[in-house]
Amino acid sequence: MGEAAADQLDRAFSALGDPVRRQLVARLSRGPATVNELAEPFPITLQAISRHLQVLEAAGLITRSRNGQQRPCHLDAAALERLTGWIDTYRLEAERRYRRLDAVLESMKENP
Amino acid sequence: MNTTDNPTTITTEPGTPFLEIVREFDAAPALVFRAHVEPDLVAQWLGPRNRGTRIEEFDARSGGRYRYVNTGRDGDSFEAHFRGVFHTVEPNELIIQTFEWEGAPNEVALETHRFEDLGNGRTRLTSHSVFPSVQALEGALANGMSYGINDSMDRLAELLPTL
Repeated sequence: MGEAAADQLDRAFSALGDPVRRQLVARLSRGPATVNELAEPFPITLQAISRHLQVLEAAGLITRSRNGQQRPCHLDAAALERLTGWIDTYRLEAERRYRRLDAVLESMKENP
Repeated sequence: MNTTDNPTTITTEPGTPFLEIVREFDAAPALVFRAHVEPDLVAQWLGPRNRGTRIEEFDARSGGRYRYVNTGRDGDSFEAHFRGVFHTVEPNELIIQTFEWEGAPNEVALETHRFEDLGNGRTRLTSHSVFPSVQALEGALANGMSYGINDSMDRLAELLPTL
């Protein structure tokens, strides 16, 4: 992995360190939304939501349309996959390790 | 043998250095524990796929230490060394140990493995790791990232566990 890609991942992980931003990302995983729509469930100001969105945008996790007053936000699926990919590979590795352990346990039962 | 339908659950919360892995086994705690402390058994399952495990030292008692090597196969000469100490070993119940990949010296993780008796010859193993930094955890997750990535948005739910 190149340094730029690693930096991008660092930014993405730290952007997701905040619970409000995780909820914004979760909402956007169901489809694009405007700032007003995104702000609705939160008891915080529109300005605060906008700042969170700027962090997500800088981290490459979301993009915003340039046309129109509404400027809906979109989740960048590829960026999110780069993050989830890490978890997936780790899970696969753990899964394989534990299947080997399953086999070891079976042989222990057969040869106590 | 019907042992492959026990799912492995991995939980990380972005921005924290914690990692938890939960897995159930169709074997009693005494067996699962033995497979964690007897070097001949450990060597059969620990370590990444397609690589062998050579155990150099494995003294699974409170205060004991371990060191093992993941060896390459088929002409792959890369070897990865891992070491740590056992802080607490309570038979059939608990292992607390440190973990360090010597390729990233002084980035030591603390692991707590709990063996929970589910009855009917079943065990739930919960492994909780505390890495020295978020970056160190990300490095561990990135490790072994040498093959294809499954592309599904479904995994969002697992990446964002607290919603």
